[in-house]
Amino acid sequence: MSLMETTIKANRVLSTVEKLREDFPILKTTVHGKPLVYLDNAATSQRPSQVLAAYCFFCQSHNANVHRGIHTLGEQATDRYEAARRKVAAFIGAPSEKTVVFTRGTTESINLVAYGYARKFLKPGDAVVLTPMEHHANLVPWQIVATTMGANLRFWPMTPEGTLDMSAASDLLQPPVKIVALTHVSNVLGTINPVKEIARRAHAIGAKMLVDGAQAVPHIPVNVADIGCDFYAFSAHKMCGPTGVGALWGREELLDEMDPFMTGGEMIREVWLDHATWNELPYKFEPGTPPIAEAVSMGAAVDYLNHVGMDWLQEHDRQLVNYAMNQLLAEDGVKIFGPQDGRGALISFNVEGVHPHDLATLLDRDGIAVRAGHHCAQPLMRWLGVPATARASFYLYNLPEEIDQLMEGIRRAKEVFAYAR
Amino acid sequence: MRDELYGEILLDHYRYPRHFGALPNPSVRIEGKNPLCGDEFLIDLNLEGDVLREIRFSGRGCAISMASASMMTELVTGKSVAEIQKWIDRFRNFLRDGGAHRDEVDMGDLQALAGVAHLPVRVKCALIAWTTLEEGIGQRKNEPR
Repeated sequence: MSLMETTIKANRVLSTVEKLREDFPILKTTVHGKPLVYLDNAATSQRPSQVLAAYCFFCQSHNANVHRGIHTLGEQATDRYEAARRKVAAFIGAPSEKTVVFTRGTTESINLVAYGYARKFLKPGDAVVLTPMEHHANLVPWQIVATTMGANLRFWPMTPEGTLDMSAASDLLQPPVKIVALTHVSNVLGTINPVKEIARRAHAIGAKMLVDGAQAVPHIPVNVADIGCDFYAFSAHKMCGPTGVGALWGREELLDEMDPFMTGGEMIREVWLDHATWNELPYKFEPGTPPIAEAVSMGAAVDYLNHVGMDWLQEHDRQLVNYAMNQLLAEDGVKIFGPQDGRGALISFNVEGVHPHDLATLLDRDGIAVRAGHHCAQPLMRWLGVPATARASFYLYNLPEEIDQLMEGIRRAKEVFAYAR
Repeated sequence: MRDELYGEILLDHYRYPRHFGALPNPSVRIEGKNPLCGDEFLIDLNLEGDVLREIRFSGRGCAISMASASMMTELVTGKSVAEIQKWIDRFRNFLRDGGAHRDEVDMGDLQALAGVAHLPVRVKCALIAWTTLEEGIGQRKNEPR
């Protein structure tokens, strides 16, 4: 591609972003008198007007409980709730909408599998394979299940740059491994794991595989059938949707044989005084009144991302990450964690002599929101040998100029801390 | 470059923490952790009767927690447990209101932490050494004499 073509392409991308930014009212807000630069998208993304409007419209026009009322609103609410399920299912390539369970988010989705599947089928001496880069949400549930069932946890070794050491696969994936659970995209390292290959190898020994897709679904086109995993968990709030709702996709035959995680109304078929039978999929796993307006808004978020285009978004992420990576690499005293290439839309880093919390406080006063801390991945922090890191994470509305501002903020922080030297 | 929060005094304590290290035979050793940010402190005390003769601290943390710990060690050395507890309570209140309603007492270097009162998420950082010390002197009280 010639320089001119590259420039034209870059300009086109930019104008698209500027148009998209109009959809996010919060981006016009100021923080400490400075325009907001929101680079904490891996924690939660912002929501476009279209999603907010869908929430409002549902509440103003169709609000009722689902799968209960005979009345008109009840029917409308159920229609919209189920339409959202179809949208979410299509978005991740789920073969059937009844294999998509609405949950409160990724954490609940993973717990649902740990309690509903692993507690039923794991036997003493069985093993669960995890990685050291897991979010606590994909680690602690397995610790508890393994302890309860007398099973063991095994951890996939990592290369120094923070990718999974695939040469360890043959030794690691052996009976009695029954479950492999890992993240699609690391929320700290940005590593994109080869989930398709790992699923194939897990199945070769008869193990089931769960993928934590919290950082993947918002950014890359995900097709669960293509990946070939058995369970896939994700949240709405990192993909332009609301908090309080997410989804679990599972293979129909596995969901069928699983026990319900929580019990109560809606998830039953028949109830007697001393026993009950379960509803069909996916309602078996949706006890009580679900987050209805939130699920409808999650559907609207899917519409929005489809409108933006996941291929475009992937390219936009790639450009932003490369831009940020080059600047951070060139900056004196900045240490980057994770692989340089093939990473998700986030970069964790530390600035020499400046604790990440101090950096985040200083950046905040420039209106720049980054995350600082252990990112719910304490074992990974130990592996990296740091107490905490700073993290900048990007989304569809971020601009290269905002990365310039981040860099200026980092330089200012370095100056502040050099002052007493 | 000067910064209103990260001023000269605070950064001086961060760079050159006072009473940093360990005591050979402490009468009390207590560990304080803020798992949220990975900060870890170890505080050694030598108490003679009711008086804190020596204090040392070690560990790692952000500028606010390190500086606050350093300032604390300067302030509490030679004071009685009751006086120290009074200072802990005073400092807590100070962080709550930024010193707006403080009594006539001169906060000394601690005044440099007034800005933390406007940063609720960082108050914990400023307090970690103090709550650890509080636990330390409390522990001593519970010991049989």
